[in-house]
Amino acid sequence: MSRKTLIPIGPYHPLQEEPELFKLYCDGEIVRDIKWETGYNHRGIEKLSESKTYEQVFFLVERICGICSTSHPFAFANAVEEIVGIEPTNRAKYIRSIIGELERIHSHLLWVGLAGHFLGYNTVFMWAWKYREPILDLFEMITGNRNSYAMFKVGGVRRDIEESKIPAVQKILDEFKKKNDLLTGAVMDDPVIHARTKGVGVLTKQDIMDYAAVGPTARASGVAIDVRKDDPYAAYPLVNWKVITAEAGDVFAKAEVRLLEMYESISIIEQCLNGLKKEKEGDITVKVNEIPEGVGHGRAEAPRGEVFHFVMSDGSNSPVRHKIRAPSYVNIATFKKSCIGQTISDATISLAAVDPCYCCTERLAVVYDANSGERIMNARELIERSASGTLKLTEELKRKK
Amino acid sequence: MDNDPIIEKLKGEFKTGILEITVKNQKRIIITINSGSLPGMAEYLYKEAGFRFIIASAIHTKRGFEIHYHFSRDSAGLILNLHVVLDRDNPEVESLSNMFNASNWIEREMHELFGINFLNHPNQEKLISEGNWAEGVYPYRKEFKSIS
Repeated sequence: MSRKTLIPIGPYHPLQEEPELFKLYCDGEIVRDIKWETGYNHRGIEKLSESKTYEQVFFLVERICGICSTSHPFAFANAVEEIVGIEPTNRAKYIRSIIGELERIHSHLLWVGLAGHFLGYNTVFMWAWKYREPILDLFEMITGNRNSYAMFKVGGVRRDIEESKIPAVQKILDEFKKKNDLLTGAVMDDPVIHARTKGVGVLTKQDIMDYAAVGPTARASGVAIDVRKDDPYAAYPLVNWKVITAEAGDVFAKAEVRLLEMYESISIIEQCLNGLKKEKEGDITVKVNEIPEGVGHGRAEAPRGEVFHFVMSDGSNSPVRHKIRAPSYVNIATFKKSCIGQTISDATISLAAVDPCYCCTERLAVVYDANSGERIMNARELIERSASGTLKLTEELKRKK
Repeated sequence: MDNDPIIEKLKGEFKTGILEITVKNQKRIIITINSGSLPGMAEYLYKEAGFRFIIASAIHTKRGFEIHYHFSRDSAGLILNLHVVLDRDNPEVESLSNMFNASNWIEREMHELFGINFLNHPNQEKLISEGNWAEGVYPYRKEFKSIS
């Protein structure tokens, strides 16, 4: 057997937005095996949730992921509402879906930009992130925050979208549509992107079933699963839209699915805005007095795929158990299939193709090493170390002056 | 879509394995089973009935350790839980990772955080802490108090 070279990517690497260590075992340029170390971001959120009240858990789970921050409160709301046995008002449903779809647009734009960056195509990166800005402004206008919107609660939403704001939302969407056409064209028609992504990182239907992959990763391999259609929630059964799929299963197909999904998202938002206009004024919450004993399964289609929350209640004001399954947890494991046999440069884009979100995947501050008893850095020490580094640099700069 | 044929089939084939069936509604079914019949039933759901494995949730309760294996039949929007109750002192159950890779990580996680042993797991190493956590201390058990 030939000697294999280990190429580490991470834990901190410019390719990744978040810490995770991938070990590529290579024979020349070809990746023969891949292993990874996770846990750099594990915060024990499932355990923390057991010590919070249902109202507080919304703010906790919103912090699982910084990009798709609304998908976890969405799924948690669905789970708790299943236990209580209530449905939110139509007005709340429309608002929920608007937030969910706006998030899908900004998350997909973020991915398209990063994918372009990984390929060395920085024009796409800059365009996509530029067009993402107005969407974040839109969030600020509707919710008061560019991210972590704090819109969800049991039985409805916290803020209304007033009719006076709808024309301004529509205006930003109209402008975005033109930009999205431009961006889609730039990606779909570019021969360099075709050459770099077609036939790369292919996942078959069987791989999808075996690893239980979800979201655009599954839909790009021809598996038409989408919780919004399969187990409808919020306003999705009230509007017309279709599930986007592709057959090839390669990186290009994943890009195609995401780009076309943005058009569906725009259409859903517009229909929901019309729905809001028709509903006129109305309640945005249903009053819930107590959470009874029972179990609830909450699902929501996040930009990366199905988010699953399992909540067990004993009738008290905090969950007994709260299991969270983020889409990246199942999607990242598919690297075993998509990266092996590829060259190193193709493996990196295959890693990026599932839009991995490590914060979602891991939810421990490590204190002592079990074997040596040696102390390992905790968060405060890391901050102190970072601050002392900055201080050192500042002093060096002063001396140079 | 009607789910009754699946339940009838499960009842017929795994008569002794099923302890209780709770049908919350057409889209949520919980089947409490003997841990011994788990691999057989999971195989039927995955290979024949077209179910997708979502995840498994372990819970530390007064009865011992319970695991809900969540399966999804996407064409019907159905979530079916296979619910097993494991022994308090020696929690162990057969691994499903040889059937589908999707359960590999979650079984390692449950082993690490709850101390549940998965028999015949291909690689039951720690998933999250990479050996940086004390042996025999399971943070997700109820006796382990979090500081918050």
